[in-house]
Amino acid sequence: MANVHEIRVCGGTGCHNNKSADLIKALKKAIKAADLGETVKVVETGCFGLCEKGPIVMVCPEETFYSQVAVEDAEELINTHFVKGEFFTKRLYKTIKDDIKRKAFSDTEFYKKQYRIALKNGGAIDPEDIDEYLAVGGYTALEKVLKEMQPADVVDVVTKSGLRGRGGGGFSTGQKWKFAMLAQGDKKYVACNADEGDPGAFMDRSILEGDPHSVVEAMAIAAYAIGADEGYVYVRAEYPTAVKHLQKAIDDAKEYGLLGDDILGTGFNFTLSIRLGAGAFVCGEETALLNSIEGLRGEPRPRPPYPANKGVFGCPTILNNVETYANITTIINDGWEKFAELGTEKSKGTKVFAIGGKINNTGLLEISMGTTLREIIFDICGGIPNGRKFKAAQTGGPSGGCITEKNLDVPIDYDNLIAIGSMMGSGGLIVMDEDNCMVDVARFFMDFIVDESCGKCPTCRIGTKRMLEILEKICDGKGELADIDRLQDIAQTLANGALCALGQSASNPVLSTLANFKDEYLAHIVDKKCPAGVCKNLTDFVIDADKCKACGKCKKACPVEAISGEAKVAHVIDQEKCIKCGTCMSNCPFDAITKK
Amino acid sequence: MSKQDTITNFDAVKEIVATYRDMPGCLMTILQKTQDEYGYLPFEIQDAIAEELGIPTSEVYGVATFYSQFSLVKKGDYLISVCLGTACYVKNSQLILDRLALELGIEIGATTEDYKFTLEPTRCLGCCGLAPVMTINDDVYGGIVPNDIPDILAKY
Amino acid sequence: MKKTSQQLQEIREATLAKITLKNDQTHRILVGLATCGQAAGARPVYDELKKIVTDKNLANVQVVQTGCIGLCRVEPIVEVLEKDGSKTTYINMTAEKIAKVVDEHIIGGKVVDEYTITVVDGTLISPKIIG
Repeated sequence: MANVHEIRVCGGTGCHNNKSADLIKALKKAIKAADLGETVKVVETGCFGLCEKGPIVMVCPEETFYSQVAVEDAEELINTHFVKGEFFTKRLYKTIKDDIKRKAFSDTEFYKKQYRIALKNGGAIDPEDIDEYLAVGGYTALEKVLKEMQPADVVDVVTKSGLRGRGGGGFSTGQKWKFAMLAQGDKKYVACNADEGDPGAFMDRSILEGDPHSVVEAMAIAAYAIGADEGYVYVRAEYPTAVKHLQKAIDDAKEYGLLGDDILGTGFNFTLSIRLGAGAFVCGEETALLNSIEGLRGEPRPRPPYPANKGVFGCPTILNNVETYANITTIINDGWEKFAELGTEKSKGTKVFAIGGKINNTGLLEISMGTTLREIIFDICGGIPNGRKFKAAQTGGPSGGCITEKNLDVPIDYDNLIAIGSMMGSGGLIVMDEDNCMVDVARFFMDFIVDESCGKCPTCRIGTKRMLEILEKICDGKGELADIDRLQDIAQTLANGALCALGQSASNPVLSTLANFKDEYLAHIVDKKCPAGVCKNLTDFVIDADKCKACGKCKKACPVEAISGEAKVAHVIDQEKCIKCGTCMSNCPFDAITKK
Repeated sequence: MSKQDTITNFDAVKEIVATYRDMPGCLMTILQKTQDEYGYLPFEIQDAIAEELGIPTSEVYGVATFYSQFSLVKKGDYLISVCLGTACYVKNSQLILDRLALELGIEIGATTEDYKFTLEPTRCLGCCGLAPVMTINDDVYGGIVPNDIPDILAKY
Repeated sequence: MKKTSQQLQEIREATLAKITLKNDQTHRILVGLATCGQAAGARPVYDELKKIVTDKNLANVQVVQTGCIGLCRVEPIVEVLEKDGSKTTYINMTAEKIAKVVDEHIIGGKVVDEYTITVVDGTLISPKIIG
């Protein structure tokens, strides 16, 4: 074997706990003993995601996987695999012959378990080339609608499909269109909400970047259905690529006569333009967004009147989110029946989720409504990295709630998620493991809301601030039991009294974590401890004198010189100076530093 | 870059207002274009916009202070943004932010005295797969830990 | 210029032939250039690929930017489509790796196994380990 080989040892937390550091040393020693230093290298890698079989060792380029490799196996592994040139069968897990490799992403479980409607063209066509969109059937739905259907037929098809707003509220899209179609007015507008503000959600960005024409085409269809001739897409300014692709799509569609006057010779006129947001979460709320399109402060308006009657510049307007529009062409082309076959009784079709946090396969996926969270997290996304335990999944962002182990098998749809104390939201799905503190997560969301509350109604402006103060007090270890009642009290007031959805739902993360993780709140309040070791005032980093080998790595890494110790003497952390950044812990090769 | 100077040349403001004044709901677009031009929106700029549009400065100020994208003060040459979206937060981006503040010796949200760095938390950047993420102008750093910070800063 | 229904249909058919390689081309290479791809460094990969294809005069190869495929963790992603409909997904690409893919796969006809997605028991193996 003249080629250079690389032995990759998983250094993820799961494997690290299984002594991967010692294993690396032993492997290096065995390589030296066999005089293979020139041809075999050992490297530590990130988590393989196969923690339960750790420590995992992968030999490249031949891609042989060995599992549960013990320190004592090192010598034999090196001698068998490299000297004799055979597999070390005792620890052999998978080889390339065991079909561990698939050539295409579309052959992986991550892809095969999905059902793509809104994401159908993402990653398949050039989003800046209108011809490629045409090639996959683009603008056939618009042509069909303009030439073969009456506006009322279009509304009827969308209504029958069962499509509900994908921005979070879940209102029937067909109903919304019907109200605007029936509204009196010479001038009407269609608008698209692309102000994706939910932190951790990026499906709208992805659709606009990867398939902008699908939104342009759908908005033209919507305009025809309600009798509008002008439209706005309200996009976050933080999405420069999405804005660029969308602008190109609008310009190209205009060039081909698919936007503008007398589209396809039918006499239908429609112009579309982009409005940039400027960083205000509340503008995701529909009436606030309308104000922002008009160039005003993005403060919500009282409803009624609803936008269907009085929207942009006081005219009847429909406002749908990007993903909602991205479903329209498929519904028109394939028929509402096919769309309505997917999903659950009251939630039809698919939903796109952006999965992030403590999960192996982070990314974007579109699943049929009714899929369970367990399937998403464990079957499709490969579970939790580093061998940690699942704690909760958060949907609906700052307006939603957390879903725990006991509800992992609930089929996901609008109504079920509300029933278990969360909501669909726009599709952000953040997975948390045992290292996340739920009180801190509630505080994080409240901090976000306080920042983003527009200040128009005192209920939200003051209520969210008071809730944040209480949560901060609890995280600082100064909480008292009565604080829990106070939180619930203010939460109720917010739900009843706030002007818009932002304020009404602002307390959901608090209520949901209180309902599911009351023990964590009590640990903070009564025992003055943060079980996950996140809240700084309630966590101390401590060096175990028995495990410390006085290597000095932590002392060197500490940014505030809080660690003292001489050679051969166990080191000590000065709790007064410590800023609880955890750097020492991640730099300790002997797992001698723990959070208490 | 030196300290904040008072702006006296409003030619660009006049040109921007002239371009967009007939568009319905033009104020936000004008503020965005003006900030692109000057880098920030100090009072004298807001006054100039108000005068050109024939509306009270309070109305301009109201919009300029409502949206987080608009800045009334000058920022540093390098804008360091640490994502505090949920996906990054649960992966400890707060610790990244704290460490940056410590290394730069400034509060979060502030600018260094030499106007080299401005440190800001930012809303979700949409690259949650790389969490925790921070950007320095157009450079993106993903999957970072607090101890990476000194080396990253040393590059600028 | 404004198109008639007939002209649109002609564009559809011609472009479909192009993207499914029913023309005289042999490979369609897609580079994911959405924000997540760009953040992971897809732009230099795309530029390098464009350059190699031009330099080596590979007229039978289409290089196309595309949006998000959905698997942010292993960006930059490059997919190679071939005439027979087969598809190869390369992950965690760099400018150096793409040169190797062009030489060995596009010109040499042999998939560069070590850069493709590796799946063990349903888990996509962490990109950082794929050299």
